[in-house]
Amino acid sequence: MAFVQFDKIGISGLAAAVPANRIDNSTYTEYFSSEEAAQIVEKTGIKFRRFAPEGICASDLCVAAAKTLLDNKKLDKSEVDALIFVSQTPDYRMPATSILLQHKLGFNKNTAAFDVSLGCSGFVYGLMIAYSLVNNGGFRKVLLLDGETRSRVYSPKDRKTAFLFGDGGVAALIERDQDCGTSFFSLGSDGSREDYIKMDAGGYRIPSSIETLKEKVVDEHGNIRSDEHGYMNGTDVFNFVLSEIPSNINGLLSYAGISAEAIDYFLFHQANDYMNSYLIKKMKLPVEKVPQSIRDFGNTSSVSIPLTIVSQLEKELQLPKTLLLSGFGVGMSWASAILPFRNCTIPPLVEL
Amino acid sequence: MVDKFLTQLTETIEITDRTLQLTDELRSLEEWDSLAQLSVIAMIDEEYGIVLDGKVFKSVNTVQELWDAVQSAKSS
Repeated sequence: MAFVQFDKIGISGLAAAVPANRIDNSTYTEYFSSEEAAQIVEKTGIKFRRFAPEGICASDLCVAAAKTLLDNKKLDKSEVDALIFVSQTPDYRMPATSILLQHKLGFNKNTAAFDVSLGCSGFVYGLMIAYSLVNNGGFRKVLLLDGETRSRVYSPKDRKTAFLFGDGGVAALIERDQDCGTSFFSLGSDGSREDYIKMDAGGYRIPSSIETLKEKVVDEHGNIRSDEHGYMNGTDVFNFVLSEIPSNINGLLSYAGISAEAIDYFLFHQANDYMNSYLIKKMKLPVEKVPQSIRDFGNTSSVSIPLTIVSQLEKELQLPKTLLLSGFGVGMSWASAILPFRNCTIPPLVEL
Repeated sequence: MVDKFLTQLTETIEITDRTLQLTDELRSLEEWDSLAQLSVIAMIDEEYGIVLDGKVFKSVNTVQELWDAVQSAKSS
C-alpha cells in the first residue's frame, strides 16, 4: 500500500456544478415498472439524479465550477502552473481534455496540463498528484478539475445500473497554506478485479464496431446493453469494498497516528446508501459524521466526494475541520486521505 | 449453530412464511435478487467476521453449500 504525506498544503477553494436537469428516479419508468423503480429507490437511497443535456460534457460542468471558483477567489490565473482533468468521460479520445480546458479557461501557455483516467477513486488520486506538484516547489497553484457524465456510460435498459448514475463537475484549487498541518494519503489498485466494473469495447483492445454497438440481452433477468455500455457486478463490488476499504482507512489512520474520533467528517464515495450505511455500521462511525449526497445526485463517480463536500459541508467548513476522504471503485482502484481544511472557500453549488 | 444461521439467513433474505432449510436452493428463490445477495454478504461479515470470496459466493447454490463455505472460510 502506498502511503504519502505533505506538510502545509491545502485546498484553498472548491466549487461544484451540476446540470439543472433533474431526474426523479421514482418516475424513471420508460423501461421498468413503477414498482421496480420504487424498490430500487428504497434500497439504493437514490431519489434524484442530474443528467447533462445533449451537447454538455463533463468538461463543461468543470468550466462552470472553475469560473465560479476563479471569480470567487479573484484569482490571478498566471499563478496557476498546472491544470489536471480527472475523468473517464472526456470530450475526445485525443487530445486530452485538460488542454482544451487551458484554452477555454484562459490560462496562459506556460500552464502544464494533463488528464488522469480514473473513476470513483479519481478525486483523491488527483489531490495526491496536485499536492505532489505543489510540494515539488515549482508549481505555485494547481487547479484540479474533475467531471463526469456517468449517466451516458450505462444502459438505461440494464436495471443493475440504470437508476444509479448522475453527472457533475468540480474545481479545486491546491496551494501552500501555512495554516494546514500534515495531509496523509493511502492509495491502492487491483487489476485482477478489472471486470467488476467495466466497459468491454470501444477502446483499442476491442475496437468499436457494428457488433459492439448491438444491444443484447445479457442475463436471465432480461437486462439489455451493448459491449460499449458499462456494466457492474454489484455483489463483487460490495465484497471488494467490505474486504479492502475499512482496512485501508484504518491503515491510513494508524500511519497518520490519528484516531477516528479526531476526524470531523468522513466522506465516502457515494455509490449507494446500502453500502455506505453498512460501512458506517462496520466501522462504528457516528452517522452524523458521514455526510451523504447520494439521495439528490446519485453516483457521480469521482465527483461524488467533492460534490458531497460542497453540497453538505459548505457552512461547516468555515471553521477548521479535519476530513477523511475515501474513494473506491472501477479498476479496482482506491484512495483515502486525511486532510486538514483551514481556509477553503466554497461557493454555493452552481446549476447549469 | 446451523439453526441460528438458518434463522439469520431467512430474515436477511426477507422470507416471512417459513424458515429456510439446508436443502433449499438459493437461486430458485424468488427473493434471491442482487440486493438480497448484498444483504447476505453483509450478514455473514457481521455475524461471522468473514467476507466470502466473490467466486465462492457465486458458486454456491444450496443453503448447505453456503453454510459449508462459511465454515471453511472460518477455519482457514
